Amino acid sequence: MEQIERLPRTETMVLNVGPQHPSTHGVLRVLVELDGELIVKAEPDIGYLHRGIEKLCEGRTYHKCLPLTNRIDYLAGEVNAFGFCLTVEKLLGIEVPKRAQYIRVIIAELTRIASHLFWLGTHAHDLGAMTPLFYAFREREKIMDLCEMASGGRLFPLYFRIGGLAADLPEGFVEKAWEFVKEFPEKWKDYDRLLTENEIWKERTVGVGVMTKEEALDWGWSGPMARGSGVDWDLRRDNPYSSYQDFDFEVPLGTREGDTYSRYLVRMQEMLQSNRIVRQALEKLPKGDIKVDDPRISLPPKEQVYSDIASLIHHFLLIEEGVKPPKGEVYQAIEAPKGELGFYIVSDGTGKPWRVKVRRVMDGLGLSNPAFIKTEHLIADS
Amino acid sequence: MHPAAEFLQEKFPDEVVEVMEFRGDTTVVVKPGRIVDICRALRDNTRLSFKYLSVIAALDYHPQSPRFAVVYNLYSHRNHDRITLKAYLDDAAPVIDSVTSVWSTADWHEREAYDLMGIKFKGHPNLKRILLPQDWKGFPLRKEYPPRGE
Repeated sequence: MEQIERLPRTETMVLNVGPQHPSTHGVLRVLVELDGELIVKAEPDIGYLHRGIEKLCEGRTYHKCLPLTNRIDYLAGEVNAFGFCLTVEKLLGIEVPKRAQYIRVIIAELTRIASHLFWLGTHAHDLGAMTPLFYAFREREKIMDLCEMASGGRLFPLYFRIGGLAADLPEGFVEKAWEFVKEFPEKWKDYDRLLTENEIWKERTVGVGVMTKEEALDWGWSGPMARGSGVDWDLRRDNPYSSYQDFDFEVPLGTREGDTYSRYLVRMQEMLQSNRIVRQALEKLPKGDIKVDDPRISLPPKEQVYSDIASLIHHFLLIEEGVKPPKGEVYQAIEAPKGELGFYIVSDGTGKPWRVKVRRVMDGLGLSNPAFIKTEHLIADS
Repeated sequence: MHPAAEFLQEKFPDEVVEVMEFRGDTTVVVKPGRIVDICRALRDNTRLSFKYLSVIAALDYHPQSPRFAVVYNLYSHRNHDRITLKAYLDDAAPVIDSVTSVWSTADWHEREAYDLMGIKFKGHPNLKRILLPQDWKGFPLRKEYPPRGE
């Protein structure tokens, strides 16, 4: 009888994960090296959704860049335009009227809730819990409706303009927003009850993807990701823009050592804080203009464009030549739902930006960090 | 003047070329040679504590010369303020030392600057294209690169 020598196979296997189809969230390909079900090494390959926005911006006026900026993070469309507008306004050396600042805050914070709800639904879905998605999207839909009411757009409202807003809030918006703000904390309890103490949920998130505070800073983490690791930092509080200093809110921090569960808790609390900010902004919403009174920056009212030749010329020039910030370079960052979003803009004094550099939140995620796609985790948990 | 600018002028008098203020942003133009030392000094100074690198931006000023520049925007969680460092690079072969040893997050920023602007970072652990396919020709963010295809 032939004796067959059986040796245990000890070599590792390389598995190609993705790229995911563009219609799914986050197109990413990861090459993982596996030892059985344990990850030994992981190398992410990004760039599948690279659309050359920075290059495209160089060829158009500042205002025409806005639709592009909306698409940087498509789950928080208007927040990206928020950052771009603030940067150009910094270049111009102007501040928009108080009412416009408050309305921007309302839209930005509602967007933050929507973005977090999307994260919550899909995150839970990825871990095998189907139900939270339906609850999260129920409220997200209401925020989309509010965006649509204000601007006509849902994912990409395109409501902010350099120097203010496209238009004032429509009739009925404030009442509808109040309705949302009042019922949201109750609805929030639904998600909390579904997940926070859920055994399976904790099993798959506690102790997974641990990032210490020092690592988080070193790898450029910001926003809820960094706060999950205990970095006490929020640009809205520490470098306030657009009147954030007028509002009373807390910055939730992770209670445990920077794991996925800790980041989950931070984001959950952030939704309630955002709701609080919207409530205060609605309460204190000042009356007044919604764009700066400067013909070199703001478009004239549409009725005048149709009836008055000077306004028509003015409209035409602003559309064709655009606003012209002085020569210079500035950087402005905002607290986007996912972290620090910044723009570095170089102006050569013409109506088109010489260079736009976007500091996306993704830049700081440090997916290349071997500690992030934690080695020695089960493939199913990472 | 921004305390970090004062600190650099004192500690690296030969490296600081110019300090600029614009709209509340302070930019310190430095020579590229000792960028790693400068960054490490800013990070390790307990009073300044620039432990966080926000962004590295590669700029092209074509047809001016020097043509290329690299901009580092740093943030201090201790003081909640920022400083921008800027270094102009050689036209023909833009090279600067990698700061990945100071902040790990520089890894991807530098890869992007290499991928889109063709700036080389000496000492980078894995300097290859990050967004575009590996066999891509040219550097799209350079001014001579057409914004749309033929």
